[in-house]
Amino acid sequence: MSTAAVTDKRPSTLRGASLPKWSPWAIAGGSIVLAVAIGLIGGLHSKVEWGLIAAVLFLLGTYGVATMVEGRRQAKDRIATSLVWVAFLLAVIPLVSLIWVTVSRGVKVLNVYFLTHSMGVVADSEPGGGIYHAIIGSLEQVGLATVIGAPIGILTAIYLVEYGRGKLAKAVTFFVDVMTGIPSIVAGLFILSLMLIFQMQPFGFAGSLALAILMMPVVVRSTEEMLKLVPNELREASLALGVPKWRTILKVVLPTSIGGITTGVMLAIARIAGETAPVLLLVFGNPFINNNPFEGAQASLPLFIFQQYQQSAGASAAYDRAWAASLTLIAFVMILNLVARGIARWKAPKTGR
Amino acid sequence: MDISTKTTDAPPPAPQPSLAEQKRNSRGATRPGDRIFLGLSRGSGILLLVIMAAIAVFLTYRASLAISKDHGNFLTTFEWNTNLTPPVFGIAVLAFGTIVSSVIAMVIAVPIAVAIALFLTHYAPRRLSGPIAYVIDLLAAVPSIVYGLWGALILVPHMTGLFGWLNDYLGWTGIFSWDSGAPRSMLTVGILLAIMILPIITNVSREVFRQVPQMHEEAALALGATRWEVVRMAVLPFGRSGVISASMLGLGRALGETMAVATVLSPDYVIHASLLNPGGGTFAQNIASKFGEATEQGRDALIASGLVLFVITLLVNGAARMIIARRKEYSGANA
Repeated sequence: MSTAAVTDKRPSTLRGASLPKWSPWAIAGGSIVLAVAIGLIGGLHSKVEWGLIAAVLFLLGTYGVATMVEGRRQAKDRIATSLVWVAFLLAVIPLVSLIWVTVSRGVKVLNVYFLTHSMGVVADSEPGGGIYHAIIGSLEQVGLATVIGAPIGILTAIYLVEYGRGKLAKAVTFFVDVMTGIPSIVAGLFILSLMLIFQMQPFGFAGSLALAILMMPVVVRSTEEMLKLVPNELREASLALGVPKWRTILKVVLPTSIGGITTGVMLAIARIAGETAPVLLLVFGNPFINNNPFEGAQASLPLFIFQQYQQSAGASAAYDRAWAASLTLIAFVMILNLVARGIARWKAPKTGR
Repeated sequence: MDISTKTTDAPPPAPQPSLAEQKRNSRGATRPGDRIFLGLSRGSGILLLVIMAAIAVFLTYRASLAISKDHGNFLTTFEWNTNLTPPVFGIAVLAFGTIVSSVIAMVIAVPIAVAIALFLTHYAPRRLSGPIAYVIDLLAAVPSIVYGLWGALILVPHMTGLFGWLNDYLGWTGIFSWDSGAPRSMLTVGILLAIMILPIITNVSREVFRQVPQMHEEAALALGATRWEVVRMAVLPFGRSGVISASMLGLGRALGETMAVATVLSPDYVIHASLLNPGGGTFAQNIASKFGEATEQGRDALIASGLVLFVITLLVNGAARMIIARRKEYSGANA
């Protein structure tokens, strides 16, 4: 008789009591209703305040209900879960807003005319004009920076992976790491100090030099990682055939890792393409088309955005142009990123099978 | 090329000299191709070191020119009048603003970034976490000027509600009092910087959390731990140093951020006790906004302030790298 009574009291499984799956939704619904009620009664106007009250009620409610049914530890677990979700949702809001606003405002004036005309004689407060001069400037500056920065970065990585032993390699590794963290404006100031010494006026190539400095450490890092992935057996096989080391590197190591290296270089290009500060100091900006990066001030896309924002005194035409240029820049950077990742996946070193 | 022809041509009967020859050949880069290649790659490594040294040397040189003419105290003067003769300028306000805005950014960004990293590695449904991580990777690539434009035109108008609320309930502290004016203040800058450094902190933390040995987590689960207890007892202790270094990388970004601050902040050269009242300035922002009107003397002064920023970011990044390097050696993942 007594055993029957005991088994009746016990739950049928070994698991503790747990809330049903729908309970978070129920608590959420309840707390929203309660928050709306409090907001209406208390006369709170801001919807944000309603949301905050609802969130606090939800957390308290979850904790209370879970403590009663499941125990304190489970309740803490539920709180942590909801906090993590809240943090995620909180972070999503500005990021989604950023993309949404850029796209929705950018498409207003973005068309072929915008892409193929300069600001030439258009005042910053007037509608019209375009970003052709800025695109030319950006392409030339970033292109020259890549021509300088990428080979030096790749060669340094080759040195670190293939030859690097001893103090020099250690020093290079450390300073590459440190260089990654240099603020872009400091790189700009460095070139500026040289220009002050030699009494030079702003020109596109000066910007390229600063961008190359920013690009090198990124290229070194990614290339290094890629070269390390190349199996040693390949090098040994090549060397065993009597191939000199430099030909081994050029014909075996680099082709094996070329996909990853390309990806790294493209990501670095994407990074420097959006740099404004050094360009502001060294290239200065120019509403006219200047095809020569070695003489005279040039424009660039990020700089164009900044100057449209700053020099227009709130003219909506200028803001529209700034958003459209932002959209162009983001599209350029994102396409570079996506293509780079595509190459990385396509050309990934085939390990094993 | 040389050696291959030589070895095939070399007759087998005389092994001794050929071995000696081989030894000489293998001792170092004696072939011209090898020597040139080694020289090129070592040269570019050395070039990187030279660039770093040159940055330090030239910035110091121009900065010393400026500071020697400075009639204020470079560290404590609350002014930036470089076009006067004699010039009077000091970095006190900039140092204060830079540190305050970065601290605000860190206080907001680090907990949220860690939570997102946990979300991606331990909470999110597996189908979701891959694409979300990908999107966060892409967001790290959004140029800072776009964040700046968004901050100035979208975030600033949306801050008035929060500022009014803070002023109503926390205004008595003095830190959160708000007199009036557009909310182009240090708090807005801090929030924008937090949004900007969120992706990088999240990415690095996620990598660290992913490396937590499966064994640790399974052991905790086997003892009956809830998911939160697994995170607290296995994941966070393992990832602590990784999170610290990720935060310092983010801090380095926040300290040196130029355009986002320059677009959002409405600067003046005063230290405000309140985070809500517009004003103040940061090193990078000051350089960007004062550059246009600066004479050569003024540019040297800006370079001097840039040198201070350079040293600060070097220290922060160096510390972060050292923490990462130490962690690699004692990493439990290898055990």
